[in-house]
Amino acid sequence: MSLDKRVRYIDGFKYQGGGPMLAFILHRLTALGILLFVGMHVIVSFTNQQTGAEWADWLNTVYKSPWFQVFVAFCVLFHAFNGLRIVLLDFFPGFQKFQREAIWVEWAIILPMFLLAAFLIVQVSLAGS
Amino acid sequence: MRTRVAKPGMNFEYLMWLFTRLSGVALILLAISGLVGAFIMGGRTQADLPAILRWTFFPNPNHVLTSEIPEIDQVWANLFWTTMQVLMIVFAGTHAWNGLRMILEDYVHSKKLRFGLRALIFILWVVSLAVAITLILTSY
Repeated sequence: MSLDKRVRYIDGFKYQGGGPMLAFILHRLTALGILLFVGMHVIVSFTNQQTGAEWADWLNTVYKSPWFQVFVAFCVLFHAFNGLRIVLLDFFPGFQKFQREAIWVEWAIILPMFLLAAFLIVQVSLAGS
Repeated sequence: MRTRVAKPGMNFEYLMWLFTRLSGVALILLAISGLVGAFIMGGRTQADLPAILRWTFFPNPNHVLTSEIPEIDQVWANLFWTTMQVLMIVFAGTHAWNGLRMILEDYVHSKKLRFGLRALIFILWVVSLAVAITLILTSY
């Protein structure tokens, strides 16, 4: 299957998809973010334990930094709650009528949790240094 | 123009669609039970946030060595938590490798490359799950 029209990269940003499109894109990006963290964590832990290589130590400090922790917290929270919304709307299609409202509810749940987590992570790291 | 409709029925894509949703719900429930378990076993006063998160997402005694929970080996070395770990790893691993395959196949159109990617992801899936389950079963 191919596209009839040549689509440039910039056209993706002009597409008026709104909330559902943003949720779709963020679901993908947060999935890749979780894979990045878990992959790094497994490889670094294994290398550290077996060889104690220096690059593993350095990579360890990367994902232990508060900014990476905030990023991972957002990835996990968004992916979990957006996934829950997808499951509910897919298994109970009657609610598809309210899909835009469902996204607002989802953000109303995620944002307080994420902001609190981000605040605590940054606060702890500032107090610790 | 005729619209293309996916063929209904029990095919691979449908089963993986269903598995992704069911395993997603299962992962949330597993994470909640790990979190509750950590709190019951004294996580509120005896462990820091990273240790509690390690329990939540992978309740393995080698994974939470940094916490100061007394008798961690005995508390966690039972069939219940071993089963929880294996379930977590199997669901999360399969969910993740399949999700990566779906994302890649949205951007890879060559049939040969797609087949190669599928084979590579299948091998990585089998190897990573085998290593992880071995690690869980030998960590006590």
